[in-house]
Amino acid sequence: MSKKLLRISGVSKSFPGVKALSDMQLDLAHNEVLALVGENGAGKSTLMKLLSGIYVPDSGVFEIDGEEVAITGTKHAQELGISIIHQEFNLMQDLTVAQNIYIGREPRVGGLFLSERALNRKARLLFDRINIDLDPKARVGDLTVAKQQMVEIAKALSYKSRILIMDEPTAALNDAEVATLHDLIRNFTNEETGVIYISHRMDELKAISNRITVIRDGEYIDTVNTAETTMGEVINLMVGREISGNQRPASHTPSDEVVLKVTGLSTKDLLQDISFELHKGEILGFAGLMGAGRTEVARAIVGADKISSGTIELNGSLVSIGNPAVAASMGVGYLSEDRKHLGLLLERDVKDNIALSSLKMFSRMGVLNDKAMKSTASTYIDKLRIKTPSSAQVAKNLSGGNQQKIVIAKWLVKDCDILIFDEPTRGIDVGAKEEIYALLNELLVQGKSIIMISSELPEVLRLSHRIAVMSEGRLTGFLSNSEANQENLMALATLNTHSAVLAPLPSSSAQRSTK
Amino acid sequence: MTLTKDAAQTAKIASNKQSELNTRLRASFQQLLAFASLLALVLFFSVASSNFYQAANLSNILLSTVVTGLLALGTTFVIITGGIDLSIGTGMTLASVMTAVFMTQMGMPMIVGVICGVLFGALMGGINGFLVAVMKIPSFIATLAMMMVAAGLALVISGTKPVYTNEVAGFQSIFALGKSIPGLVIPNAVFILFAAAIVAGLLLSKTVLGRYTYSIGSNVQATALSGVNVTKWTVLIYTVAGSFTGLAGVIATARLNSAQPAGGAGLELQAIAAVVIGGTSLAGGKGSIIGTVIGALIMSVLTNGLSIMSIPQEWQQVAVGVVILLAVYLDMMRRKKASN
Repeated sequence: MSKKLLRISGVSKSFPGVKALSDMQLDLAHNEVLALVGENGAGKSTLMKLLSGIYVPDSGVFEIDGEEVAITGTKHAQELGISIIHQEFNLMQDLTVAQNIYIGREPRVGGLFLSERALNRKARLLFDRINIDLDPKARVGDLTVAKQQMVEIAKALSYKSRILIMDEPTAALNDAEVATLHDLIRNFTNEETGVIYISHRMDELKAISNRITVIRDGEYIDTVNTAETTMGEVINLMVGREISGNQRPASHTPSDEVVLKVTGLSTKDLLQDISFELHKGEILGFAGLMGAGRTEVARAIVGADKISSGTIELNGSLVSIGNPAVAASMGVGYLSEDRKHLGLLLERDVKDNIALSSLKMFSRMGVLNDKAMKSTASTYIDKLRIKTPSSAQVAKNLSGGNQQKIVIAKWLVKDCDILIFDEPTRGIDVGAKEEIYALLNELLVQGKSIIMISSELPEVLRLSHRIAVMSEGRLTGFLSNSEANQENLMALATLNTHSAVLAPLPSSSAQRSTK
Repeated sequence: MTLTKDAAQTAKIASNKQSELNTRLRASFQQLLAFASLLALVLFFSVASSNFYQAANLSNILLSTVVTGLLALGTTFVIITGGIDLSIGTGMTLASVMTAVFMTQMGMPMIVGVICGVLFGALMGGINGFLVAVMKIPSFIATLAMMMVAAGLALVISGTKPVYTNEVAGFQSIFALGKSIPGLVIPNAVFILFAAAIVAGLLLSKTVLGRYTYSIGSNVQATALSGVNVTKWTVLIYTVAGSFTGLAGVIATARLNSAQPAGGAGLELQAIAAVVIGGTSLAGGKGSIIGTVIGALIMSVLTNGLSIMSIPQEWQQVAVGVVILLAVYLDMMRRKKASN
């Protein structure tokens, strides 16, 4: 069969201010598992959304079995045999497994009445066919994440899909569950079907994929045969660009004084034995892939999540931080990655936002002193060069960069000495990024200490004095700025901390090698 | 290799069966608990006052449950979708006035008047559904507005005077106070409530409409993405809910043999309280008709029992409020434990 199951060429997609994909290409053969890899923000999810009909491309050609198609919507994508399993599930927690899978297509008696028995039988037949072990009558909300993942897969397969796209399907699975999932994928692939598999776990790609397509910054880079490549080569392709010499941190040298010491920090859900020190005047970068647990470390430190074990010392004394308000009063401020929801009151003005954490300072017996708030706001508007017509401007009308500066100002007013920035430049354009970087360096000079969580490796490399790398809830290594580069960071970030064997089953590997 | 795999498979199936059993047990335990609370209340009042456990009084309790119970049945549907219906109290009043008008001023035969009364309720529900699903007005606001509209219309149409249905032969007896089963003191209205509860229970658990009610309340986006016409079904669900309001209006008219145009306000909150006590979540996705029936019975047993114990009405209200808080808090705690 020379015609590819799916071929994409010349696909471009722009959003206001961002070119998400340009001249993207990709092909998927029959009976193939194609891995799609790229850094965070490389354009993988945009590509997926084009394929599932959520977005419409600006230009480009999609072909299925050599026939050009224009995907008009999610339902149309389903009809074409394309099923996507998104990272966040689309399930009804209160319904049973079978009810979820056949919602909208349930077997009926006389048009109105449901036949629960027929529904469960249908589901059971499906599970037998695709070899999934699920109870049709179990309530989805009672299932583990892994089982819910299986429900999503079963639902996708129940639509007679030919092209199955999985977006980080194993992010929440343990090794045994990953192995089950891989068996499922192998069962699914045949001469009529193919799978596009997005993952960050390099060892998995080795185990499951036939070829690997690498994309970077919205562009197609290369496709390699999995059997003939090494993990290092793939990482090189993913990272690509070199870091130029002038993108190193500012000359400010941190002192030896330890302001924050975290020892053996663990949480029930994810974090395991996290230990590190933050020095005065230092930027400690936290690198890792999505879901590695970087945000969770920050949340655990400021008391937003419960710690199951471990200690936190501030300036040498043991502290117990019950919630973010306590953290703030001790001088630790957390600037959330989700600025719009967790960092700002979008409908309130600049002045209110800046004063929000320190209202006590601006009030007497509960009555707010508007004048004092205004003058403090003006001071910080000047200091941080916030571009706003006045301190009475509503926050949502400002650009992302200026919104971020408002959040920073809020914590500066609160007089926090330790600032934890989570993705400080997410959604901010290039020029404004430079300003934020300059601001971070100024803060160091003023004696602040900074933890910076970022998914952009160049940003981490440029600003951090030291870099802590996380993978799957653990710290996998520390790198000093001089020894760090994108390759060794990425290697640590993709380290599988559970040393499990994920060898492909003999039969399927034989099948693959014949191709 | 195959041997260990088989063993693992067997173990998996066994653990599956186990979890299935646990889920079942938990679900029945939940309803058992509500029922046990009801029994405990009955027991308590029986001991506390000899006047409580008398056939006439028990029949009274049941009769006083009918109108709020019917309203609660309908609004259970709406609440499971994640919505709320504040218009059922005065909507019931308007349906009551309309039923009386149909039978007297418009001269419809009794049975036609009854059917038209129920259909009128369905129409009001349909309008609510249209406002919520098509015009995208939040259900709280839409039904709050409808509550006022219905209150006003009931007064306008009746000319602010009660509309009497004394002339309609057999109406009161057949649809409210008559006792069809010899030897039993239970009036017909109670049987109508239980019949309606059975219909509602079947609708919710055995029909497509019921399935989508849960589905919409559980995750409306996922439901829509699965190809379900959420707008259409939401309108239908509200329409069904409204027909129960209409039936409540009919029964209320029959019981007093007149439509009282000024009443009804406040009943919606009693109905919602019954639904919530019955374990239906205001967040949507969860709930049952049997729970609602038990919730409504708990409310009326409590009110009746406290009256019999000569607790002043002011304090009865306090007690009901505390019971609602307790019921909802215990339910939340149990769910939290179950999910851990």
